[in-house]
Amino acid sequence: MGRENKQWLRDLRGAVEDRESALTDLRDIVLRNLRKALAGRAHVDDSFLEDSVQDALLRILDRLDQFQGRSQFVTWATAIAIRVALGELRRSRWKDVSLDTVLEGTDHVPDRAIETAPGPEERFERQALIDKMLELIETDLTERQRTVLLAELRGMPQDEIARHLGSNRNAVYKLTHDARKKLKSALQKAGYQAEECATTLPH
Amino acid sequence: MIFTKEEIENLLRLVSLTNDAELNCEECLALVAEFAEQHLAGKSVSSGLEAVERHLDICDECREEFEALKKTLS
Ligand SMILES: [Zn+2]
Repeated sequence: MGRENKQWLRDLRGAVEDRESALTDLRDIVLRNLRKALAGRAHVDDSFLEDSVQDALLRILDRLDQFQGRSQFVTWATAIAIRVALGELRRSRWKDVSLDTVLEGTDHVPDRAIETAPGPEERFERQALIDKMLELIETDLTERQRTVLLAELRGMPQDEIARHLGSNRNAVYKLTHDARKKLKSALQKAGYQAEECATTLPH
Repeated sequence: MIFTKEEIENLLRLVSLTNDAELNCEECLALVAEFAEQHLAGKSVSSGLEAVERHLDICDECREEFEALKKTLS
């Protein structure tokens, strides 16, 4: 315990004895952090936490070369463990939900939806903007981009969307990023500025 | 495929936050530990890490992971 970053790296890459001892310590720390990070969540018990830490340790060791020493080593390692564990929780929550169900229904509307009550003038302009968006979604996006955007807006995790499409989270992100860029520039061409798009939505 | 009005509103918010260059989730993960430590120390976000902040505004999963990470640092 109490290792500095360099010591962690040296021990984890070191001889069997150093490595074993560092791994045991890292396992304890990451387990403790994960317990704190996921406290109060459903389906998080000791066996889930231990499995997650085990998976995370493999991933951490695999990526040691990517650690740049810009944070505490254990913070970096914990971030990886959290991604592993939350990924697993999302997977089990969504495993029986098909992409079609999400695209057809409106049962999966995310929490973000905020209704505001603007005046009539504002409402009219807002409606014009929404109509423009609906048009652009049809004319400027690909079917795949529409699919991914809608699934995401309905709360489906990117990893799950990726699984259904035989893709990965980075590729899914790129699809939606490209789609957002296209919509943004098409809106600008149509005379809308970025700020206008967000005006009636308090963030 | 039918987008509801709320979904279009949410999409508009995301479009308004869109930048030409954005981190993807993998790149965000590589930087989020440093970002979280600075955030908790009350420091202003150093250059290079604004992109993390922008990604977290757009990406629900990375945001959820960041919030969980913060709990371990407090
Ligand atoms: Zn992300």
